[in-house]
Amino acid sequence: MEKIPILKMGKLLLVTIQVDLYDRLAEALEADLVQMINKTGAQGVLIDISAVSIIDSFMGRIIGNIATMSKILDAETVVVGMQPAVAITLIELGLPLTGVYSALNVEKGMSLLQGKINLKETGFIPEDDGDTE
Amino acid sequence: MTVVREIDVIPFRNRIKETAAKMGMGLVNQTKLITAASELARNMLKYAKGGKVLIEVISKGRENGIRLVFKDEGPGIPDIALAMKDGYSTGKSLGLGLPGTRRLVSEFNIETEIGKGTTVTIIKWKNG
Repeated sequence: MEKIPILKMGKLLLVTIQVDLYDRLAEALEADLVQMINKTGAQGVLIDISAVSIIDSFMGRIIGNIATMSKILDAETVVVGMQPAVAITLIELGLPLTGVYSALNVEKGMSLLQGKINLKETGFIPEDDGDTE
Repeated sequence: MTVVREIDVIPFRNRIKETAAKMGMGLVNQTKLITAASELARNMLKYAKGGKVLIEVISKGRENGIRLVFKDEGPGIPDIALAMKDGYSTGKSLGLGLPGTRRLVSEFNIETEIGKGTTVTIIKWKNG
């Protein structure tokens, strides 16, 4: 089975999805990523989806899962490079991906993650995302 | 086109993309159509062990579009109104598949018979 590579870059894990996603591949990525975070102690995960032309409810859910699981393992997730047509479709589908940080491109995503990690290290604890229940 | 394995959805999505691109459908509508098709194909695989999909180019007046007919011989859906509700799922999904799909396409029709199967027809107009 094909696999989506996960690269380690300092404190970050970098995932670039260059292939068409299907369910099992997305599930495998979820499992691999969580294991990698655990193994490397990474503090941030950057997922580049600029080459992904379709995200349906299943794959959207996996992205949301990855963000939530990483958070529990003390790592932040940023999704970068979503194509505009994909964003429009996700919203109409009814999947707003709340709780997933996003950035326009890899560079901006990196600095967003770096900023979050710096905040953590300087002892300042950022507030929760604001979703109070 | 037959969709019986999960991996079949990739050539299936590509085929729709080709058809849509050839008729000059815009990228947003293409993406909506392919996403809708992907949801329906998953449903077919999950609940009916796969099925057949007919892809056709149709026209109404001056408007062109693509019609997809998903036909399976699965167990059927006992309560369509419930299945079309946001957030309802008998599986472990988010329950966005059917209602989400309906929002993404121009026309949506579902027919089901318990024990015989389900047929879902969707149409996406080029400019719709």
